[in-house]
Amino acid sequence: MNELRISGFGGQGVIRCGYIIGKTAALFDNKHATLTQSFGPEARGSACSAQVLIDDKPIRYPYVSVPDTVVAMSQEAYDKFGRDITDDGTLLIDEDLVKPGEVTGNRKLYAVPATRLAEQIGNRIVANIVMLGFFTAVTGLISGEAAREALPSSVPERFVDLNMKAFEEGFEYGLVATGKAVEGKKAALDAE
Amino acid sequence: MTADPKGVLTGAHYLDGDHAAAEGALAAGCRFLAGYPITPSTEVAERFAARIPKVGGCFIQMEDELGSMAAILGAAWAGAKSMTVTSGPGFSLMMENLGLGIMMEVPTVLINVQRGGPSTGLPTLPGQADIMQARWGSHGDYEIIAVAPSSPQEAFDYMIMAFNFSEKYRVPTLVMMDECVGHMTEKIVIPEPEEIEIVPRKYYDGPKEDYLPYNVDTDMIPWMVKAGDGYRFHTTGLTHDERGYPVMNAECQDKLVNRLLDKIRSRVDEIVVLEEDQIEGADTVVISYGISSRVAIPAIEQARADGMKVGSLRMVTVWPFPENRIRDLAQKIGKFVVVELNCGQMYYEVERAAAGNAETLLVPHAGGWVHDSEDIYQAIKGGER
Repeated sequence: MNELRISGFGGQGVIRCGYIIGKTAALFDNKHATLTQSFGPEARGSACSAQVLIDDKPIRYPYVSVPDTVVAMSQEAYDKFGRDITDDGTLLIDEDLVKPGEVTGNRKLYAVPATRLAEQIGNRIVANIVMLGFFTAVTGLISGEAAREALPSSVPERFVDLNMKAFEEGFEYGLVATGKAVEGKKAALDAE
Repeated sequence: MTADPKGVLTGAHYLDGDHAAAEGALAAGCRFLAGYPITPSTEVAERFAARIPKVGGCFIQMEDELGSMAAILGAAWAGAKSMTVTSGPGFSLMMENLGLGIMMEVPTVLINVQRGGPSTGLPTLPGQADIMQARWGSHGDYEIIAVAPSSPQEAFDYMIMAFNFSEKYRVPTLVMMDECVGHMTEKIVIPEPEEIEIVPRKYYDGPKEDYLPYNVDTDMIPWMVKAGDGYRFHTTGLTHDERGYPVMNAECQDKLVNRLLDKIRSRVDEIVVLEEDQIEGADTVVISYGISSRVAIPAIEQARADGMKVGSLRMVTVWPFPENRIRDLAQKIGKFVVVELNCGQMYYEVERAAAGNAETLLVPHAGGWVHDSEDIYQAIKGGER
């Protein structure tokens, strides 16, 4: 079982990002995936998070205990959730928004300028989908093909193209960051 | 008969329990929802409201829960399949008109997405402490049917089951969900419309002048008509005879109340749905429902791996209580372990039915989260917590 926490501040689309990860795993990767999210006043404007469990077997206990993968898209989210991770867990951050400090244990840190890349392709609102692409390439917890299938029905129709582009930006960045591809979109796709 | 294709969103979806329940209602043929928003149930109404214009039907946000409950009773008498949805405090407000629905024998469905209580309690966190209120919350003697889903898929499936119960027995039926299931997102598969069995309403089709709204056959279920179709009918919360007119005496009360009870009590075995696993030869049987039944599984599996003989009895229907089954099991096993997100409600029913023949242990939890597997395991193992 993999336990993930996707965090950021309210409005960044981190819950949507978690939703698409779960949907990809459950509907297109043929796994079981349970999404829960934090509700309450603390979710608005400040740190909020979505939790996703992914497993080959049916999931019984519905909540994340100690996540093995944490995505943080804001400093506050990183400060709140960044240390609550397994010793050999994987941290993914938006490098322009999070100063991670020292990463201890066997934890791995991967950074992407998700918001900057989103702005470059036209709208910072898709920073969450850049992060989704990055997450997919770095962790391999969901497949790129499945994510591309899940994406169009998970975002507003008129923004499908922008979101697909954002996904590819993040995906390519992730392949390069993990050495799975040298550079460039073609190399990234070939590698997959 | 099978489902009207207009309401059935056939295919695989990734939905939370609230949205899945709304889809279940639409698939069951529900075309009228009256409600008043309350966390964590609002998403049911949101989904229904978003979908109903295309399906053909009506969503009304009412002035409060009293009005919501009243509106769905009226809608049912006008020929619609109707429902409302609420949580703890709203459930309390609906109790009086729930009783009216029971007395008027209205087929309708009420979802309670349970949160922590009493009072406003924990709006965004789960509980199962309304389970006795579901049974006894309204005044007077009555029987009721309630189901408890533990996943979005079951939220969908059990909504259809609930509508079918309500039509078959002409009683408001309760879907006792909880915040965890309501806000949990998982894969659900909605079947083809022709694969969904729907119990049709028992309509009267005899001569208009002969219609009596509370005349019954041996099945104890009266025939219904639609308001506006030209039948004379009267329905009331007052004790009434077969004409539906008030009759204020002990004789009529005895006849009516006992029929309302007997139409359910005489059919407990056909209504009750239990999921049993490895009960045969078990020393301990874990009894649970809703989210707790799901959380209990890892503890049960661990206990079995450690060599203990543990059976599981999951209550799909929580009311009527499976009295005969519990009595029977109590003769054969050492103990029951009851897992529920409250400080002891169904536990007392189990203890009563066990009648001293088997030990009954509670794994309590005041709500706000789900049980720790370890607590359940310890109860199975040692009997001490």
